[in-house]
Amino acid sequence: MDQPNVTTTVLGADEIILNMGPQHPSTHGVLRVKLKLDGEKVIGSECIIGYLHRGVEKIGENRTYPQFAPYVDRTDYVAAVSNGLGYCEAVEKLLGAEAPPRARWVRTILTELQRIASHLLWLGTHALDIGAITPVFYTFREREEILKIFEKYCGARLTTHAFRIGGLQYETYDGFEEEVKAFCRDFEKKVVEYEELLTENRIWVQRTRNVGVLTPQDAIDMGATGPVLRGSGIRWDIRKAFPYAAYDQFQFDIPIGERGDTYDRYLVRMEEMRQSRRIILQAVESIPEGPILARVGKVIKPPPGEVYHSIEAPKGELGYYIVSDGTTQPYRLRIRPPSFINLEAFDKMVRGHLVADVVAIIGTLDIVLGEVDR
Amino acid sequence: MDEQKKEEPKPAETPAPAAAAPKPPAKPAGPAPAPLDNELVRRLRARFGAAVGEATLDRKQAIVVIGRERLLDVCRYLKDEEKFDFLTDLTAVDWLTRSPRFHVILNLYSFSRNERLRLKVPVDGPCPSVTSVWGTADWLERECFDMFGVVFEGHPGLKRILLPDEWKGHPLRKDYDILKQDTDWVRENLGIESGQ
Repeated sequence: MDQPNVTTTVLGADEIILNMGPQHPSTHGVLRVKLKLDGEKVIGSECIIGYLHRGVEKIGENRTYPQFAPYVDRTDYVAAVSNGLGYCEAVEKLLGAEAPPRARWVRTILTELQRIASHLLWLGTHALDIGAITPVFYTFREREEILKIFEKYCGARLTTHAFRIGGLQYETYDGFEEEVKAFCRDFEKKVVEYEELLTENRIWVQRTRNVGVLTPQDAIDMGATGPVLRGSGIRWDIRKAFPYAAYDQFQFDIPIGERGDTYDRYLVRMEEMRQSRRIILQAVESIPEGPILARVGKVIKPPPGEVYHSIEAPKGELGYYIVSDGTTQPYRLRIRPPSFINLEAFDKMVRGHLVADVVAIIGTLDIVLGEVDR
Repeated sequence: MDEQKKEEPKPAETPAPAAAAPKPPAKPAGPAPAPLDNELVRRLRARFGAAVGEATLDRKQAIVVIGRERLLDVCRYLKDEEKFDFLTDLTAVDWLTRSPRFHVILNLYSFSRNERLRLKVPVDGPCPSVTSVWGTADWLERECFDMFGVVFEGHPGLKRILLPDEWKGHPLRKDYDILKQDTDWVRENLGIESGQ
């Protein structure tokens, strides 16, 4: 709301405009931020986005429902499995179909592994931005294990296209359960390792405590979701509010922060990784036998109408709003991108901080520009 | 294809109950919109009268059509009195041939009720901005303007957000010609005919 005045108001004697990005290592892609500075203090900001706009929603209107599924992997490209889950479930809801239990269990396991992978990528790069070089080597080591499981399951590491409308693309491979369990067994110790590096590290705490504070009122007003909302102390998670896949079958907690600062969001994401591990362990012990694909027909032709379905992606609420006119192609396909809407709160969070904190605040929002720009 | 052919003769013959049994929930029982009449809709009608249009339930999701004249009042009421404090999403749908051409879609959520509500606002010209009710609407309305050309009256700084400022046209409109966009650009900037 305050954006226009960054560039239109007359600058004071001590004020300057600083351009950050789109080519900047710590803007995590092609984000450009125009900062209005008074010395080293940020007094206004404007995000300039769209450098990665590929017209995904327009493409959606010109593809059949199954054809569009690989495209959603490329919006939030570090959490492709979550995107696929959201899209497939939205189309299933539109059809009035439901994936069989076995598919829902495997979906839950893969999506939670993806959440861990996404948070690990965030943790490594966020720490790197702030100046802690070590964590990235450790987090990428564990992320690699998850990507190997994805690769074995569906042949792809990043843009997985793991699910299919109505269920799963593939049956799990031999030894899937054991590998997932082995990962979970080791991962418990690994989270402790990360925490030892950061949680009580004085430099880390000083760089993140009280930086980028978002009050609960502001978080709701700005539409923040996911760890950003929970870091501000609001216990809300779509996995609990509107359970999907098989989440209603498992026990897990929703961590929240107290102060809504960068450090709290860090703690929330660390705890979320532990909770994801807990979900995976419960799910992998109880995968039901049975078919992996519901009978949805070879031609996906949903009856006219519309649906909004959202999931708790690693970044926040990822929603798909699909309008069907009864043909094989969506009439309108809208993606509600968590990164885009979380980034909107950036201006509120950054004001009054130093230039060095801008990097911490971009990192704590955990944005992916492919999803911001679509 | 196969699946569909199989399905069509099924109601007439109804053979093999074992094979037919799992089918009905998958396709023929496809969900259809039904009228909605609950407490909330009744309260809205009592308060805003004719501004509240058709209310439907589609795939168990509540949808209410609101006239653009009273949109801001309805939104303020929904936020303050009905506790729909969260604007999840704002977008539009272009119904090229219908009379109010666009539907502006507002997806609301209430934390205290754990309930979603979708508002549809049919507009031909400008639509009132809801930025004064929910801060989120700022970027969402800019995106909607960028993609559909719907003008939001009262928005603090309505300009393009994803596309460059000098972009022509609004890509998510149904009559946006991608090919023409390309040939025009090539002619104008390169001085040659596009090979498309």
